[in-house]
Amino acid sequence: MTFSPQLEERFQKMLAAYPEGRKRSAVVPMLIYAQDETGAVTPELIDEVARRCQVTPLQVDEVVGYYSMLHRKPQGKYHVQVCTNISCLLVGGMELYEHACKKLGIGHKETTADGQFSLEEVECMGACSWAPAVEINYDFHHHITPEKLDQLIDGLRKKQ
Amino acid sequence: MAEQVKLTINGQQVEAEKGTLLIEVARANGVEIPAFCYYEGLSLQAACRMCLVEVEKTPKLQVGCTLPVADGMVVHTESETVKAARKGTLEFLLTNHPLDCPVCDKGGECELQDMVFRYGAGESRFTERKAHVPEQQWSPVVFFDAPRCILCYRCVRICNEGMGVGALGIGNRGVIAEIVPNKHDHLECDECGACIDICPVGALTSGSYRYQTRPWEMEHVGTICTHCADGCRTTLGVRDGHIMRGNNRDRSGINGEFLCIKGRYGFDFVDHPDRLRSPMMKKGGTFEPISWTEAFSVIAQKFNEVKARSGKFGVIGSNHTTNEENFFLQKFARQGLGTKNIDHHRTGDLATLFDALSGRKDVLATAADLYTAKAVVVVGADLSQQHPLLANQIRANVRHHAAHVYAVTVGPVREDNQATVSVRVQKGGEVAGVESLRDKLKADGNLVIVFGDAVQGDALRKLIAFGDSLGIPVKYIGLVDYSNSRGAFDMGVLPRDGGMSREQMLAADLDVLWIVGANPLRTAVKSFVVVQDLFMTEAAKLADIVLPAASAYEKTGTVTNVCGEVQKLKQAIKVMGAKTDLEIMGSIAKEMGLNLGIWLPEKVQQEIRTTIHGYSVPLPILNSGGATPTQPLNGRVAALPGSITSAGDTLFTSGTLGRYSKTLSDVMEGPGELYSGR
Amino acid sequence: MAKTLYNEPSPLETMILSKRFRLENSHTLDSYLANGGFKAFLKAKEMTPEQIVDEVKASALRGRGGAGFPTGMKWSFVPRSSPKPKYIVVNADESEPGTCKDRLLMEYDPFQMIEGILIAGLAMDSHKGYIYIRGEYRYLIEHVDRALAEAYKRGYLGKNIAGTGFEFDLYTHSGAGAYECGEETALLDSLEGKRGIPRMKPPFPAVAGVWACPTLLNNVETFSAVPEIILNGGKAFADLGTPKNGGTRLLCISGHVNKPGVYEVPLGYPMMKAINEIAGGIPNGKKLKAVVPGGSSCPILKADECDIAMDYDTLAKVGSMLGSGGMVVMDETTDMVKVALRIMRFYAHESCGWCIPCREGTTWLKKILQRFDDGGGRKEDVPLLGELSKNMLGRTFCALGDAAAMPTISIVEKFAEDFEKRLAREMVAV
Repeated sequence: MTFSPQLEERFQKMLAAYPEGRKRSAVVPMLIYAQDETGAVTPELIDEVARRCQVTPLQVDEVVGYYSMLHRKPQGKYHVQVCTNISCLLVGGMELYEHACKKLGIGHKETTADGQFSLEEVECMGACSWAPAVEINYDFHHHITPEKLDQLIDGLRKKQ
Repeated sequence: MAEQVKLTINGQQVEAEKGTLLIEVARANGVEIPAFCYYEGLSLQAACRMCLVEVEKTPKLQVGCTLPVADGMVVHTESETVKAARKGTLEFLLTNHPLDCPVCDKGGECELQDMVFRYGAGESRFTERKAHVPEQQWSPVVFFDAPRCILCYRCVRICNEGMGVGALGIGNRGVIAEIVPNKHDHLECDECGACIDICPVGALTSGSYRYQTRPWEMEHVGTICTHCADGCRTTLGVRDGHIMRGNNRDRSGINGEFLCIKGRYGFDFVDHPDRLRSPMMKKGGTFEPISWTEAFSVIAQKFNEVKARSGKFGVIGSNHTTNEENFFLQKFARQGLGTKNIDHHRTGDLATLFDALSGRKDVLATAADLYTAKAVVVVGADLSQQHPLLANQIRANVRHHAAHVYAVTVGPVREDNQATVSVRVQKGGEVAGVESLRDKLKADGNLVIVFGDAVQGDALRKLIAFGDSLGIPVKYIGLVDYSNSRGAFDMGVLPRDGGMSREQMLAADLDVLWIVGANPLRTAVKSFVVVQDLFMTEAAKLADIVLPAASAYEKTGTVTNVCGEVQKLKQAIKVMGAKTDLEIMGSIAKEMGLNLGIWLPEKVQQEIRTTIHGYSVPLPILNSGGATPTQPLNGRVAALPGSITSAGDTLFTSGTLGRYSKTLSDVMEGPGELYSGR
Repeated sequence: MAKTLYNEPSPLETMILSKRFRLENSHTLDSYLANGGFKAFLKAKEMTPEQIVDEVKASALRGRGGAGFPTGMKWSFVPRSSPKPKYIVVNADESEPGTCKDRLLMEYDPFQMIEGILIAGLAMDSHKGYIYIRGEYRYLIEHVDRALAEAYKRGYLGKNIAGTGFEFDLYTHSGAGAYECGEETALLDSLEGKRGIPRMKPPFPAVAGVWACPTLLNNVETFSAVPEIILNGGKAFADLGTPKNGGTRLLCISGHVNKPGVYEVPLGYPMMKAINEIAGGIPNGKKLKAVVPGGSSCPILKADECDIAMDYDTLAKVGSMLGSGGMVVMDETTDMVKVALRIMRFYAHESCGWCIPCREGTTWLKKILQRFDDGGGRKEDVPLLGELSKNMLGRTFCALGDAAAMPTISIVEKFAEDFEKRLAREMVAV
């Protein structure tokens, strides 16, 4: 299995960052970067990462279910993550999430039929003082109201 | 002597070596601290929190399974706080654990049941919905019910640390964390069932035992496994004359709780529909059932007739009949039939080994020695496949004592994972490979060398000379296959003094060929062939008379394992229609008018004790189920004709017996492969 | 010219760690060097390792990640003379609800953190470090990677740092979404490529940490404070705060306030002043109801308990914690049942599952609270919530169990009336 040249370069750097005989350390970073390219952590990706990091596929499989950001099924092109933890909860985070459900017509960890959007109710993402917070893929958005969320989503829809 | 400390447990002053774990000190002094995840021999987890106890001058409850004792410690294991903590932990555990007791295999021998009876929480305050996922089947042997699992991680550890396989892991996180198999939805492993036996609850159950019976309905019979030569005790659960299961949870025998798939599940050949149930004689080219009386009469007549005219006999004995049967057979051959042509499928060069070591003491290693030696060299053998107990002992030695293991083999073996050095050799280069480790081995201080059939004859003498040259204590294990190959050798089922070897007998023009518990024939011979066996094997098909024999699980007697330790069999069941080989031989002798002594196992055993060098072992040990080493090294042993080759079995094959085991046939890993690193 | 930060600064702040935040291009090496950067490192190079550790001890700096362990003491636990390689690990996992400060330190002043790491390297005889950054902070991983690349290019990482002959290699390492990986030993297992399961202590990471080697593990903010401590002396830093609670810290104020934001205040700063004067008070004229002082793991404070100095010891005395500095302010409209539920949902989701009390307890508590919020609350649930929490407290393998239990106990005890209001109505036959 091969990846894009940029990803291959990143993997080379990753494996070199850890001491001799400690390639296993690269398992989690490799998975989270690779799934951006492969769309999800597939059995093929698990075997590939196991091979490169010199561990068994079982040892890679064990971590996939442990880390929330690793997913075995593909998400939408834009993965909308809405925080409802206490800081966001207090300023309308739950209402914002429910609004997102209605806007996109899907629920927690679901993907729209056209594959463009997926939604997740997430835990604290470290934007508490600028709540309510939304992360779309890896981009942070602060002070989001239902209207601002609609603008964000509509803007991304137009991009197709 | 290590520093001793004094501490108080529940008001009782006790003494222990400084640094010992509190749970172990408590147990040694009769105080039970409950635990699920703590398990002797496996790494510490401190996960279940059942072992929390009160230690004065510390604010929080302390973890008994990881706390090293110190001088002056005052411990309370039954205070109200501790009891409430245990009850609370059990209550948490029972929130998602399903109330499956009425249908769960583990009912009656379940550690969770026991804990709840002892520490409470049988009535729960949980009124929410339990998390539930359906049961999974991971292999013909292993079934997994996630809701019942208490996540004690014993199975993961026994597979990874104990067996060196690592086929079980932990997936997901939090309350949906669960044990996961190495192939996503199924297991590819040794199928040994260690995970099933070590599971304290009914989360892991076995395909062959599920829903069959309740533990209290069975009688448990501890006998010796009839497959490889390691001599593990397998405790068979018998109900209504049927073997329901095998395990060794009572840790009797030389193997503790260890068993492989054959020891645990390889008993199911006993009631295979193809078991021979009646003597058969070839009449007009096809087999017809005959009575025992007729069978003995025909055989005795034939034997006497051939004997009278000084005709030629050939006797091929078995690798898994008892010592008593082997002894009686060779006596029958030599005294009864007047022939020296007796042999068995020799799988290791014991003749050269005993000859080269003749007269010496303390040079043959036992399975226990593999656990305590400073270094072990494995030469020309795939122990995990062919001698799983020996492999297990070595693994535990490395894990617990940081012993050094070296593998000198033609291909990858599981020992490579722990080996200080692995030497890959070409066939024939084994001894040179061992010699290349000279400096390391010398530095290790003491050594056990385990060698397979790749090392025989002159190569074996070279190996022993090498061992001598190291100047350190060296012990040897000459590997043989099958449950009583060593016994067959020791009892003299051998072509001594010019007798014909097995190959010679098969090629010669014999009048009578008597095959007991062996399957060497593939093409028809002109001889009158008598075969004693459990099944219609290739040899039996070519016989004139076939006599149905009993397996090791259906008789008493003794067997000697690969390390020379002799142990007693205990009869578990009786299969209708079969007779023990000893009874068959005795009946033939009687019919022939021979006087070869009383053919009861105890009587023959007495004769063995006084006749065979090294077999006058302590009876109390033998009769109470112990293993006791024999001392066979007594003077020079003449070379024997014929070849020596290992059976080449793997974990999933076992000569002809293995073919009739449903479990061994069902598992996908079979027939297995040697030197594949698995 | 000051750039726009995520929030406006407050004139009441004491800007030590955040003093360069407003500078244009504050994240670049040039800006850092032009504003006092790496002076502390060069000074530390001339000190002995013992002197460096003593200075940190004198500063009364305490771990800014949440536990508040005296940093100088932690540094002194690392056996410098061990033949094994020693590692520095930076905890940038920042996942405690209410906390958003390490983000700013990495975004606006990454070289301050890097300099702190290098000084720790000098003190520990360590030459390799890893910055464990939570997976959601991908933009920051790339941002810090760029800073590291710049440092390597200009000789501030790698061999012969700043011409001193000192060698240090520093890398980022991405997490993938797990709060438990903020627990130091679970972080180490995650760094080793495994599930983030905490480890038994002893041995402590200082002695046997990553790959069983001596490891110094501290929070981003803790390392960021080190250059200041070396440059101006530990005592000066200590004097900014209160006895045994030295220096300043970044406070993340969120919830029902007019000006939520991250503000740097000295240890011991009065909580009500922070709420009313720095954060502009509670909007819409509402009254204060409760405050979570330092992240959701802290026992909650009622309004009448909030007239208090914010340092580790003072808050500990009243049964709460300064924690991670995530201060969440709740006004009278807040339904404490919903707060308790959301907090327990968090811990149930993030529990690693290793030990029985946390794995089963957090989910059971969550289910009771969910039923309560859905309108099915029974009278016996209220004491049950407290009892089950107490069955978790002090019994779990790591502090996550305590982090789930303590706030729940405090909410149920202090806001019993919120639960009583939500009890299911009983049917009464007429």
